[in-house]
Amino acid sequence: MNRLQVRTPFAAPLTLSAIVLAAFVAGCSSSPTGPEQNGAPVESRNAVTPVIAGDVQGRGLPAVLTDPKSILSKRSVFFDYDKYEVKPEYKELVAAHAKFLADNRQFKILIQGNTDDRGSREYNLALGQKRADALKKMLVLLGAREDQVESVSLGEEKPRNEGHDEAAWAENRRADILYSGEF
Amino acid sequence: MLRLLSDRFLPNARRLSLVAASSALLALSAAPAHAELTIEISGAGANRIPLAIADFGGDTGVARALTSVIRGDLERSGMFRLIDPGSAPLNENSTPAWGDLRVKGADAIAAGSISGGGDGRMEARFRLNDVNRQAALGGAAFVTSTPMLRTAGHRIADVIYEKLTGEPGVFSTRIAYVVKGSGRYELHIADADGQNAQAALVSREPIISPAWSPDGTRLAYVSFENKKPVIFVHSLASGRRTAVANFRGSNSAPAWSPDGRRLAVVLSKEGGSQIFLLNADGSGVQRLATSPGIDTEPSFAPDGQSIYFTSDRGGSAQIYRIGVGGGEAQRISFEGSYNVTPRVSPDGRSLAFITRRDGSFRLAVMDLSSRQVQILTESRKDESPSFAPNGRMILVATEQGGRGVLSAVSIDGRIRQKLSIPAGDVREPAWGPFQR
Repeated sequence: MNRLQVRTPFAAPLTLSAIVLAAFVAGCSSSPTGPEQNGAPVESRNAVTPVIAGDVQGRGLPAVLTDPKSILSKRSVFFDYDKYEVKPEYKELVAAHAKFLADNRQFKILIQGNTDDRGSREYNLALGQKRADALKKMLVLLGAREDQVESVSLGEEKPRNEGHDEAAWAENRRADILYSGEF
Repeated sequence: MLRLLSDRFLPNARRLSLVAASSALLALSAAPAHAELTIEISGAGANRIPLAIADFGGDTGVARALTSVIRGDLERSGMFRLIDPGSAPLNENSTPAWGDLRVKGADAIAAGSISGGGDGRMEARFRLNDVNRQAALGGAAFVTSTPMLRTAGHRIADVIYEKLTGEPGVFSTRIAYVVKGSGRYELHIADADGQNAQAALVSREPIISPAWSPDGTRLAYVSFENKKPVIFVHSLASGRRTAVANFRGSNSAPAWSPDGRRLAVVLSKEGGSQIFLLNADGSGVQRLATSPGIDTEPSFAPDGQSIYFTSDRGGSAQIYRIGVGGGEAQRISFEGSYNVTPRVSPDGRSLAFITRRDGSFRLAVMDLSSRQVQILTESRKDESPSFAPNGRMILVATEQGGRGVLSAVSIDGRIRQKLSIPAGDVREPAWGPFQR
């Protein structure tokens, strides 16, 4: 199912907000009519209850995916400006991941596409999706099963390099591969 | 007679910094490093309406706080020039010193008082008078209480604004925006003047694209807390949230239908970023359009019959319109190679959007009947425009000194308010509906 209900308790730094909320709620309880004149009420404003979004825990992965000497520890594919095709130099890397997925059908991956921060956030989200989709398509062509690979986009929201120059932008035009347990 | 408001403005830069003057509790309510939004305005009308607002009568501290909220709202709007009301005590029942006010050039005077019962309840009353006709223009009374005092002030300012300009005021509306701290994202809800900021959601992962439900009780937004974009609908009062679109792939860009029953969203579940419609509880997903490239940033027209969106189907990012029943999309924007984030004005007559000109991203407005485009800012990095519910101002995210600030720009570009948080990064504004 695609529904999920989350309700989390306040974290420590927010307890002051909770006090303010209590004050708001108290303020809202006043009777809506004035004694002498029929004053219109200042309507009870809806108070805001703060929520803390949950965290995701990682699990251990086989060494072949994390050992720096293994090609499978390399998880990033970089793209040219305004381009969405996987460049030939990444063929070996993508083929290695495709083979690992073909040999280990219990594994799933998440591909996160990214962009630089120029332009609309939502449009960049769509551009990052194009990069993630291109990488997914290549992985599937090289042997991964479609249901092992989910392609998503982080758009410009999670830059690896926070700078605003060409070098930073190049680092952020990227798709990353995350294995089960890393997302 | 009151002069009609002219749309001719002179550049008359002023600076006004309003910092939290209310209780210490409120100042602490925005949990992390950032305090409340501060507002600076620049530009104003040459023919601002000259208005005197007398000090409200009643308990000095409370009355002063109330008067200052009303004056602050009206002054910041850029539509009024505040005239010294004189020092003689005045309330809603007393007769103003017409002669003095006329000499000072005031067209209207507001006067009132606030009185309290023993139970913490208070009543604020006021009357607005036309100085030249020496006649009442209107008045109202609001029951309030200490925590709701600012709200009462905003309601009074709304009445004065409407009586004098003919358009409803937006001082008692709320805004939503996202504050980015280090490794921390907070979705805040604040009054339109930036006060009373409260965090509705705190997350380690980004939050983007907040959108108010038409009744102002819920927000739809995109959260990355699950390592991918998922659309939530969040009831502000209860904090109850539902993932209404959490399909395989990315889920983003929620927009409410004007009746609050449906959302237009962007899903990549069937490949590419494409627009779908679904019910506000997440059920009844149906595809709206099919394009070979990107379709995103849907926005309903106020009549609910059509949807404006961004697409690269013609080779560059441009704005299109399609009926809610689907069918052929019509291209709306033509100038330039990057026109994105369309937002229709509340009266349906114009479109705010972001255009790239000479490498800079600027807020623009298009008259939908003439297709005439006016660029409203000289910014480098405007994003995410959002109309005030009276259509008079557009709230937009921009960058100043390397950090995100919000800017409220009048639809003629002449009045600007900057809303910023000291040392904070603010983005993704959404102006809420009228409070009912």
